[in-house]
Amino acid sequence: MSVPVLEVQELTVEYVSDERAVRGADRVSFTIHAGEIFGLAGESGCGKSTIANSIMRLLKDPARITHGKILFDGKDVLGMDEAELRAWRWNNVAMVFQSAMNSLNPVTRIGEQFVDVIRTHRGGTRATAMQRAEELLKMVRIDPARLRAYPHQLSGGQRQRIVIAMACALNPRLLILDEPTTALDVVVQQEILEQIRDLQNELGFAILFITHDMSLMLELSNRIGIMYGGRIVELAPSRILHHDSRHPYTQALLGAFPPLHGPKVKLTGLAEGVKFTNVQDLEDHGDGHWVAPTDQPVLSQGEAL
Amino acid sequence: MSFLLRRLGFYLLAFWASITLNFLLPRLMPGDPVTRMLSRSQQRLEPQQVEALRTLMGVDGGPIIPEYFAYLGRILTGDFGMSISRFPTPVSEVIASQLPWTLLLGLTSLIIAVILGNLLGILAAWRRGGFLDSIAPPLLVFIGSFPYFWLAMGALYIFGISMGVAPMRHAFSVGLVPGFNLVFILDVAAHLILPALTIVLVSLGGWMLGMRNTMIATNSEDYILMAEAKGLRPHRIMLNYAARNAMLPSVTSMGMSIGFIVGGALLTEVVFAYPGVGYQLLGAVQGLDYPLMQGMFLTITAAVLIANFLVDLVYVRLDPRVRKG
Repeated sequence: MSVPVLEVQELTVEYVSDERAVRGADRVSFTIHAGEIFGLAGESGCGKSTIANSIMRLLKDPARITHGKILFDGKDVLGMDEAELRAWRWNNVAMVFQSAMNSLNPVTRIGEQFVDVIRTHRGGTRATAMQRAEELLKMVRIDPARLRAYPHQLSGGQRQRIVIAMACALNPRLLILDEPTTALDVVVQQEILEQIRDLQNELGFAILFITHDMSLMLELSNRIGIMYGGRIVELAPSRILHHDSRHPYTQALLGAFPPLHGPKVKLTGLAEGVKFTNVQDLEDHGDGHWVAPTDQPVLSQGEAL
Repeated sequence: MSFLLRRLGFYLLAFWASITLNFLLPRLMPGDPVTRMLSRSQQRLEPQQVEALRTLMGVDGGPIIPEYFAYLGRILTGDFGMSISRFPTPVSEVIASQLPWTLLLGLTSLIIAVILGNLLGILAAWRRGGFLDSIAPPLLVFIGSFPYFWLAMGALYIFGISMGVAPMRHAFSVGLVPGFNLVFILDVAAHLILPALTIVLVSLGGWMLGMRNTMIATNSEDYILMAEAKGLRPHRIMLNYAARNAMLPSVTSMGMSIGFIVGGALLTEVVFAYPGVGYQLLGAVQGLDYPLMQGMFLTITAAVLIANFLVDLVYVRLDPRVRKG
């Protein structure tokens, strides 16, 4: 657990236009260790996907990384040239996108898309790549015959599992899951999460898990960072975060989801118009619990800010 | 498969409808086309010709239903009757002598324009805002908006008259015997260059812009981002992922263009005195050559339908999603 796979240091991403620059991520720092599941949670637009895309260097104009470092196994990702980057992508870090439903090329067979990525990185014949694709499909419990199918012939859940299988194709050390289940219903969500957990046990990769769904997040992650307005406001092991959150935004986020078990609880959230501006750097609260200091009062259970 | 059969059925139905219209049109027109033609040609036709014309156009007063079936039978055996303006050549022969040249000119220029235009569009969209993307579209649209005959005459003046490097007229040099030998083929190619080039020049912009715009939309699709994350080579993403999806609308418009080729490129044929269907059709209209006009309309209809069917065939290969349609 102690070997860091990914270190993000003071990452700042700006969306630059002619008139002004908006910070999509602001001095974000976190570390993901080998085999760990690290969660990033927060509302829409808080910068979760920006972080995911900058780790793989997939940011498009007008977004650019203006400050900070991304180290993968100690190697500087931001310093890689095009060829290094291509070889590194998917081989070491694979990603399941927010809309994995549309992540597959609609005009080529599923099998071809596996072969494409396997042969680009590993070489070998078409037949061996196909064989590997069959194994991968079996791992996510999809009939290998479906390799002959086109994406539109599969259900949303199947497509999502195929993308996950594809992400495992090269045994990456880190898997980025950017809201992998948002477009799916709750039952399929559970199946997929189950599968991700199984795959992780089997293959031992680390996961960066991004979602706004706190119940999913608490269920899956070892450690969680809560983002707000491009900054991390609280970072803690999930057990501590669940029961002993210190930042009012974290509490509001947790309060916005009904617990699946136990007595009825009144849902709470941020009151109208509450905003956190100028979020300070995190302070150590012990046991790996880091919180950004704030003037806003800490909430007790069931109370709106 | 059932998709293609259904399409085929639809095209056969459409073809039957156009034959029927072709049969009905002379009957629906006020007056008698034969009489009008006679007044135009100042009674220079023989009485048998007049009779033949009447029979051909179904205006000889016979009952309409048997006439209709007789007409259908003649059409299906390729008998379109006699041309009036080039009497006594059968209409099918007149068309057959012009069609190869029209097809040669039309297909050559279309294929070049489509391939070149799409490639330019792909590259421009891939490097959006780059050099090619900023220069090519405005330039090509500028050229494309010249009146075609002006451009064609300009080209003919510069290359044909001033520089004398291009042949001035016809599809091959006078006195050359058509045959499958190198001399003849080279001569035909030399005569083809200028007409084809001018057509390519004016149509290139449309193909390029169409492809560029679809491609830009495709480039923001999630599967392009995923392909990038997969670490694939840029040219592979550009061709197999982006262009492969973006080319679908292009295929449709190419199919429609193939169909209309058979109608001939009238202006090109006039300026370069190139033998072709367009020129012939103009002659038929001016000479009130009804049988020839009817024959040509049917040929054009058939060509459009066949081209559409070809597009369906190709489309099924390119886009798996329409197979169930």
